[in-house]
Amino acid sequence: MKAFEYAEARTEAGVLELLSAEPGKTELLAGGTDLIGLMKKMIVTPDRVVNIMEIPSLKVIEPTAEGGLVIGAAVTLDDLLENDYVREYPALVQAIRGINSMQLQAQGTLGGEVCQRPRCWFFRNGHGLLAENGTLAAEGDSRYHAVFGNQGPAKFVSSSRTAPALIALGAHLRVLGPAAEDESFLPLSEFYRAPRQAGQREHVLEPRQWVTHIVLPPPGDQHNATYEVRDSEGPAFPLAAAAARLELAGGVVRQAQIVLGQVAPTPWVSQVAADVLRGLPVTPATAEAAGQAAISEATPLPGNQYKVQLAKVAVKRAVLLAAGLETGGF
Amino acid sequence: MTESRKHSGPASGFSRRAFLKGSGAVAAVTALHGQQAVAEQNQEDTTLVRGATTISLNVNGKSHQVKVEPRTTLLEVLRHQLDLTGAKPVSMDGSSGASTVWVAGKTVMASTTLALTCRDKEIRTVESLGGANPDAVPLAFVKHDAEQCGFCTPGFVVAVRAFLDKNPQATEEQIRQGLNGNICRCGTYANIIQAAIDLVKGGGNG
Repeated sequence: MKAFEYAEARTEAGVLELLSAEPGKTELLAGGTDLIGLMKKMIVTPDRVVNIMEIPSLKVIEPTAEGGLVIGAAVTLDDLLENDYVREYPALVQAIRGINSMQLQAQGTLGGEVCQRPRCWFFRNGHGLLAENGTLAAEGDSRYHAVFGNQGPAKFVSSSRTAPALIALGAHLRVLGPAAEDESFLPLSEFYRAPRQAGQREHVLEPRQWVTHIVLPPPGDQHNATYEVRDSEGPAFPLAAAAARLELAGGVVRQAQIVLGQVAPTPWVSQVAADVLRGLPVTPATAEAAGQAAISEATPLPGNQYKVQLAKVAVKRAVLLAAGLETGGF
Repeated sequence: MTESRKHSGPASGFSRRAFLKGSGAVAAVTALHGQQAVAEQNQEDTTLVRGATTISLNVNGKSHQVKVEPRTTLLEVLRHQLDLTGAKPVSMDGSSGASTVWVAGKTVMASTTLALTCRDKEIRTVESLGGANPDAVPLAFVKHDAEQCGFCTPGFVVAVRAFLDKNPQATEEQIRQGLNGNICRCGTYANIIQAAIDLVKGGGNG
């Protein structure tokens, strides 16, 4: 690791005092499961690391006045699994269970999970997020790269396991900075972006902006689910994933949210899949039709055609699971 | 894995205000004498550590004075300074689970944990399960021949202990699921899981 300064904040205001206005100079440290490995490989080389794990307000899981839930960015994933409020959001619980490693769940935090860097092997081997303006993935081994939204230089996949569920559930991020008095609530669906130029991150936050809490709306009738397609039982990342949230009335879908993960540089909100379901009952046939609609937008690279089918299956299974028609997966 | 080394000087790129507020008198000393900063500055709501510093770590019930830099991992301190070599450096990024230890009761990877974040926290390593009266988990590993090269074993022993503490009546499927954060390249999973099942059934699960 490159030498750096270690800074610890005990209040939210203290964090802002420690963050640099220059990109890449400071990194926030929560569980460290992603950041420390990246720093050892010199992929991320901050001058200062700011530990946010000692800030009491970031460790809360609290119901909101509207019946939703506020989760501090530094709450660990295993604490979420044991929380009664969180249980009312099955899609989130299933996504966290899917992470499938006692250590990652105990050490990793929800804020860190949402903000973790892509697993793209070009990025992780020092070629940058865009990996030579997208050519390394386009012409090289792209088996784990994007099958949606990959026309620009960004070919990596968004790696957050919980983001599809959180977006389907309508989560917002509480963001502080860049100035001391700045506070905003950003829909998680607007947090991620596919970078177009070298140096841009995979999210929209400016330097000195940071995530303090994840805010969920009321859980509603809990017709939501996450389904991940993985190639083993081990701790490997999924090849495709989907989260679905359904509003059901009179046996038919009134509204649907379908968000795919691990298939695009951002979590991929599939409006076409949601549209297919509206007005129809959930059956294996309609769920499959939603999956089929989702992949109508797929633009696979030469090495990842197989992921298109997996994305379709992920949508189908997530929809069935959300409607309570299937109990497979976790 | 990075060895602990002295670093070459203070980092730049922060606002003057934050720099002064954060480092205060020590920065002035550094400038005057041109020495390596050995700094820990405590403000009301922030702490800033630059360069090597001595901290106290509570490991297996004993307090130890150790010298760390900000970049020193807990695993480096355990292995190089405290001679607790149970936790292993297998992967750089924690993906093997071989450096699993307890910090404040949680199973974390010492390889991706900075030593400075462990101050004032109770650290327990696999060594706490050994000694004259070993814990039931290492004994079950011996009984079921649950190791080959042995590199993953300490991480697995901690993981099995931690998992069974939380799930004393776990089924085989739950055990397989629970131990997913550890990887064994020799492939002794079957025996490790048998050891864990034996502990559930035999009640040696203290």
